[in-house]
Amino acid sequence: MEINRIALVGNPNTGKSSLFNLLTGLNQRIGNFPGVTVDKKIGVTNLPSGKKIEVLDLPGSYSVFPRSEEEKIVFDVVSNKAHPDFPDLVVFVADINNLERNLLLYSQIQDLKIPAIIALTMNDVKKSGAGYIDISQLSFHLGQVPIVKLNGRTGEGIDKLKAAIEGFRNDQRFFRFSQRDPLSLFAEPEAQVKDAEWRYVRIREILSKVKIAAGDEPAKIANNGKLDKILLHPVFGYLLFAFVLLLIFQSIFSIAEYPMNWIDGTFLEMSRWLSVHLSPGVFTDLLAQGIIPGMGGILVFIPQIALLFFFLALLEESGYMSRVVFLMDKLVRPFGLNGKSVVPLVGSVACAIPGIMATRTISSWKDRMITIMVAPLMSCSARIPVYTLLIALVIPEKYIGPFNLQGLVLFGLYALGLIGALLMALVFKFLIRPGEKGYLLMEMPGYQWPRWKAVLILVKEKVMMFVVDAGKIILAISILLWALCSYGPSQRMDMALSMVELPTPENQKTEEDYDSELASVRLENSYIGIVGKAMEPAIEPLGYDWKIGISLITSFAAREVFVGSMAAIYSVGEDFEEDQSLIDRMRNEVNQETGQPVYNLASGISLMVFYVFAMQCMSTLVVVKRETQSWKWPLIQLVYMGILAYLAALAAYQILS
Amino acid sequence: MKHQAIQRELDSFLPGDSGVVTAVAKGDLAAKMAEMGIFLGKKVRVLYKAPFGGPIAVDFEGYTLSLRLEEAHLVQVVPVN
Repeated sequence: MEINRIALVGNPNTGKSSLFNLLTGLNQRIGNFPGVTVDKKIGVTNLPSGKKIEVLDLPGSYSVFPRSEEEKIVFDVVSNKAHPDFPDLVVFVADINNLERNLLLYSQIQDLKIPAIIALTMNDVKKSGAGYIDISQLSFHLGQVPIVKLNGRTGEGIDKLKAAIEGFRNDQRFFRFSQRDPLSLFAEPEAQVKDAEWRYVRIREILSKVKIAAGDEPAKIANNGKLDKILLHPVFGYLLFAFVLLLIFQSIFSIAEYPMNWIDGTFLEMSRWLSVHLSPGVFTDLLAQGIIPGMGGILVFIPQIALLFFFLALLEESGYMSRVVFLMDKLVRPFGLNGKSVVPLVGSVACAIPGIMATRTISSWKDRMITIMVAPLMSCSARIPVYTLLIALVIPEKYIGPFNLQGLVLFGLYALGLIGALLMALVFKFLIRPGEKGYLLMEMPGYQWPRWKAVLILVKEKVMMFVVDAGKIILAISILLWALCSYGPSQRMDMALSMVELPTPENQKTEEDYDSELASVRLENSYIGIVGKAMEPAIEPLGYDWKIGISLITSFAAREVFVGSMAAIYSVGEDFEEDQSLIDRMRNEVNQETGQPVYNLASGISLMVFYVFAMQCMSTLVVVKRETQSWKWPLIQLVYMGILAYLAALAAYQILS
Repeated sequence: MKHQAIQRELDSFLPGDSGVVTAVAKGDLAAKMAEMGIFLGKKVRVLYKAPFGGPIAVDFEGYTLSLRLEEAHLVQVVPVN
């Protein structure tokens, strides 16, 4: 029989992905099943003869009847022989410790008459007593299906599996487990229950003939018990989890800073080098100010994505994640969130992009959507430069009791973001599929040491997904933004630029002063500058002038751009912590009509509140599009956060002024 | 018939309690539960209860599932010592 494509099918937590990694090594890629958010993992493996075949890793599934988007994929592929991904052979992955339940899905595959091989995975065979299963007997009772024992961690047995695939002869005796064709039960949940019970009877019968020495309670439960006593403890369990969160948060926050600064610096150098060494012109500007910074703006996210997924993979691989869900479920449930929402939301305090990408592990579609929708409300690290600039500008440095007032305000902004996220989660709970109640039926797998290879593969996968899939859209938008703030109607722009005084010995202007003045005028008369001015009436009730308006638009690229934009408008340096000139300049800014300072307590707080809530990050929107496979969700997010930010900033300004 | 007299919902079990599943309430979740191994005759033992009325962790003959009390309430179990 000619085999060109195999598919891995099996329950979750059976070692299916580690078998996939063992078979394909790093020779794997991620594709898309059309129209759904489930990733399609495809790889290539070499058979003993040297022949290369394609391996498809289907999502873990408990039965062919779909209960989730992922299980739907399995159903679509195996139920339809004309499906482009229909395999020549199924490698059914079953955990030797959970045979009874695992064989339910196998029995359905067999009744669908799909050629199959069973890969029995095990870790500590000797401990559980399950190792005594006689595979030739099991094979006999299952109709001569080839069975291979494997160790998913060490790879022991993988050669036998490959040989079995190569030598596969389709001479299975497809006896029927159940009289009814699985496909005929698709729309009858009650019949599915009866059918499953019937299958279990048959499976138990078979297993009773095969098992020679089966312990009633495998030893691995006892092992779990000791760790779970601490990790699920009503006090220590939560303390430990808080500690784990703190550790993850700290690492993303502080470790990521070094590579991020390096990436920032390198791309800045590249831009400078290009502007100096290439002949001046539109192309040089496009390259040095549009494309290179745009690429830097994408790559700068890699450290945070890599770190969060490194930790997330550790949590998932070790089996701890299901304990987190167990502990947190009741606490976050009232807000429509899921136990698995906690890590993505905490990750979003560093950066919403890895946070949103991390929601993949939330199996309930509704819970996942709610988490994605509110994640950008958590105050991310890109907001810090905006917050600190504005705090330095309008909040006096004094103490209230033992507390530094500036610190209190910063804390308040973080708290506001968290409260906003929880309240909006509550709102979305009633808006997104309002009837769907959701349930928790989750396996708590035994603890195990993470497999480093699997961890690294996941990290690489996520980084590539961001850089390749989201990167191209982000690059396109950032080039567009650059063009809109560098170019304007040519007559107007030329006139404005010619008005800037050239440096002469009399006016004591330096060449640098002249350049930064030119930049300021250019921004003011660019398309974005014109829009910023035009929208002044709309943002006046919030206490903003058109200069802030321009920065609001440019910082749609990323929040921290606000600082650079303000510096460019006032033609001063943007490093406000080293050099007071930006703060001094902003402090002296006076409203032409009222004669009052533009930046006072009311407008400053209003602007901070605006940045707490506003969706000022195109990269996040692009990632939401990637994760939901639709522009609908990022647009909803952009609009609702915009409205929320506007109203909250309006309220803040009107109350304080 | 003897079983039915003393069977209780699984959510009323305390950590350490064991039993045998006698019925799963009909409804949307019944098939899903069956697929995950919660069906007639399965031996169960409650291992942990999360605080504040959170989920319970239950051993089903060798593997552990966690379920909310609402889901556990759908499962009838006759206690066994």
